[in-house]
Amino acid sequence: MKYVLLFGETKERAKQWESMPEAQRQAAYAPINQWFEKYGSKITGGHELQPERTATTVKFNNGKPVVTDGPFIEGKESIGGYAEVTVADLDEAIEMAKGWPTGGLVEVRPVVDRGEPQR
Amino acid sequence: MTAALVRALGDFDLAEELVQEALLEAVEHWPREGIPDKPGAWLLTTARRKAVDQFRRQARFREKLALLEGASMRDDTAEGDDRLRLIFTCCHPALSREAQVALTLRAVAGLTTTEIARAFITSEATIAQRIVRAKRKIVDAKIPYRVPAARDMGERLEEVLAVLYLMFNEGYLATAGERASRRDLAEDAVWLAGLMVRLMPEEPEALGLLALMRLHLARADSRFDDDGNLVLLQDQDRSRWDRERIASALAVLQRAAALRRPGQYQLQAAIAACHTEAASWEATDWRQIVALYDALLELMPSPVVQLNRAIARRYRDGAASTLPEVDALREALDSYYLFHATRAELLRDLGRDAEARAALARALELTANLAERTLLQRRLG
Repeated sequence: MKYVLLFGETKERAKQWESMPEAQRQAAYAPINQWFEKYGSKITGGHELQPERTATTVKFNNGKPVVTDGPFIEGKESIGGYAEVTVADLDEAIEMAKGWPTGGLVEVRPVVDRGEPQR
Repeated sequence: MTAALVRALGDFDLAEELVQEALLEAVEHWPREGIPDKPGAWLLTTARRKAVDQFRRQARFREKLALLEGASMRDDTAEGDDRLRLIFTCCHPALSREAQVALTLRAVAGLTTTEIARAFITSEATIAQRIVRAKRKIVDAKIPYRVPAARDMGERLEEVLAVLYLMFNEGYLATAGERASRRDLAEDAVWLAGLMVRLMPEEPEALGLLALMRLHLARADSRFDDDGNLVLLQDQDRSRWDRERIASALAVLQRAAALRRPGQYQLQAAIAACHTEAASWEATDWRQIVALYDALLELMPSPVVQLNRAIARRYRDGAASTLPEVDALREALDSYYLFHATRAELLRDLGRDAEARAALARALELTANLAERTLLQRRLG
C-alpha cells in the first residue's frame, strides 16, 4: 500500500527555517537525513519543496487558466515537502509520520491504486 | 446442551428456542462445510451467540449476558481475539471520535442504525452516513484489522476507553427529557467496558473505567427528582443508591489496584468510591478526595481537574482559601459554566452576594443543558 506523507509546518516556522544561517541549517538537517536513512527501504519517492514564496498557482476561471503568485492552500500552515512510502498498512505509515523529527504536522494520504504497472 | 444454557440463562423456554435455532443453522451449514470436530460445542457456541444477539437489545438481561459472555470467552479465545480486533479497528485513532462511537455501537454492541440515531437524537441518515464513511476510510486508507502491537497498546487502549467513556457520558449526562432513550447508551457503554475487561483482564485502566461507570450508574436513580430536576450529590437520597452495583464496582476497582498501574480512570473511580462509601454528605472524606485529585493532576494536569480539586478543597479548607485557586483558572475556563457556578458558590459562602449572582448569571449563559439550567435558575431565585 502506498501513501504520501505531506510535511507541513507553520508559516512562521518555514520563515525561520529559511533565515537560518547555513551551518545551523546543516545541523538541523541531520535528524531529517537520519529519518530518511532509517526508512530508506520504504521510501519510494519524495522531495523537499522550495519555500511557499516560490509557488505559482494556475487557477481556472470558467475554464480559462489564470496564473497567480502564491500557493493555493491558504492557512496557517504550508507544505515543506513530501515523501511517497510503500508500507503494509496505515499503522505503519502513521508510525513513520510519528517519527518525523522536525515537528509540525504530517498528513498521511493513501495513494489511489488502480492496479497500474509500476513506472 | 439445553441444560447448559438454562443454567446460564435461567430461562428454559428461551434456551430451548435457541437450541432449536442452532440446530436449524447446523442443518444449513454442516452439509456445506462438513460436520465440525466437536458438533456439540459448535451447537452450544451457536446457541450462545444467538442468545447474545437476543439479549443485547434487552437491558434487563444484561447481567445474564455478562455471565454468558464470560462462559463463551473462556472456551473460545479465537472468538475473543476477533472481538478485540474489531474493537481496536472501530476505535482506530485515524477515525473521528463520532465515527468511532457509531461504529463501535453498530459493529461491537450490535445496535441498529435506528437505535444509534435515537440515542444520539439525530437522524438515521446521519448515523448511516457516518458509519459508511468510516467503513470506507478503513478500506481505502487500509486501517489494519488487528490488535495493536505491545508498544502501541497503551495509547490505543486509551483511545478505546475514551470512546467508551464518551458513549457513557452521552447517556449518563442526558437530561430528564431525553433520558428515556439515552440512558440505554450508558448501559451499552458499561456492557462494552465489561467486554473489554473480559478480553483484557490484566489492563487496570479498563477495570478502572468499568468501576467508574458502575459507580455512576449506581447513583443514577437519585440524580433526578420526580419532576425531572437535577439533584446534586449532597442532596441525594443515599438509601436509593444501588448497593449491589457499588459492591461490584469496588471489587473491580480492587482488582485494578492489585495490578499496581494507576491511571486516570482508576483514580476517578476511587474518587467516586469515596463518595459512595460516605454514609452522608457530611461524612465525606474530603482529605482523601483532595489527595486523589492531586494524584489525578499529576497524570492529567488539566484546568478542569484543577477546578474539581478546588471544589473538593472548598469542603476541606473553606471558601476563603479556595477562591483564589479557582480565580486563577479564569483564563482557561472562562467559557465553562461550572467554573462560574463554582465561583458563585464560593462567593455566596463568603457573603459576596452581588458577585455570586453575577457569576450565576454568567454560568446560566454558558450551559444549554436543561437540567443544569433549571438548577442554576433555582439558585438565582
